Amino acid sequence: MKIEGQNYIVTYDSSSSTICCEGAFRLRGMAEYSPIMELLDTVANQKPKNVILNLTGLKFMNSSGINVISKFVIKLRRQKSSDLVVLCTSKYPWQIKSLRNLERLMPGLKLEVD
Amino acid sequence: MPQIFGDFIEPGNSKEYLVLSFSPTSRPIQKRWKNNGLSADFLADYWMTFSPTKNVLLIKKQTAIKDAISFIVNELLENAMKFNSDDAAVAIHMSLYFYNDKIRFYVTNGINSLQVNEFQLFINKLLTEYPERLYITQLENSVNDSTNKNSGLGFLIMLVDYHADLAWKFDVIHEVPKHETVTTMAQINFLDTD
Repeated sequence: MKIEGQNYIVTYDSSSSTICCEGAFRLRGMAEYSPIMELLDTVANQKPKNVILNLTGLKFMNSSGINVISKFVIKLRRQKSSDLVVLCTSKYPWQIKSLRNLERLMPGLKLEVD
Repeated sequence: MPQIFGDFIEPGNSKEYLVLSFSPTSRPIQKRWKNNGLSADFLADYWMTFSPTKNVLLIKKQTAIKDAISFIVNELLENAMKFNSDDAAVAIHMSLYFYNDKIRFYVTNGINSLQVNEFQLFINKLLTEYPERLYITQLENSVNDSTNKNSGLGFLIMLVDYHADLAWKFDVIHEVPKHETVTTMAQINFLDTD
């Protein structure tokens, strides 16, 4: 699966259960995020045992984007079917600041900083 | 008399500042949206010019501070664009005031009088509740919210992740018909920015 916007690409590789987000998430409100939300929902509904969310190529994410990712994490937590590893980078300081909140949304989530 | 929420500090006592004004326009918001990111990145780059280069601690923090400026300006502008009331036909003003140890951000936009009460109730929550707890509550509630509102998450991220101080000022600029503006102030201290 692949979604390509003006400034971002989101891909899902089912063989490794890896979602990869690159570019910048600056979309306007939840409506413009709906294609990405649909992809994340599809992955969640497949209930893979281990999900990897690779955000190391994402240089910016606005609050609507953080909302979308957080909803995905909450959904996985509620389903209790998948473990989640989030890959992030110290290259983009926002990632360390904002992504650690995901651990509070889903205890057991593994945040790996490169 | 303006209505003040939080520790609002009037702008103007810094030698270094930058003001951007966005005129009211008939151009759809979708077409203006990408300018928020351009403006945010520009203001973050611009700050580097004033970054005190003798402060070793600050040099190490430059990337984090630049990143914080970019996020906060983008969020303030997105909010201003989203909620700006076209009725008042006022320009949106974004300004940054640079100090040795902090930056103050201000954004002013028109606001629909019907939205003022709801916004002020939310501001009171922001100023009186624990932001970390409110952050989680808003996100948990948003999962079941079919209206897909953003739940003020941008302000909560500024408070929780960027340790920003936030304050607001509401002004009535025209009584009949009633037109109001809201100025949002955010302040980040470099010592708190990691």
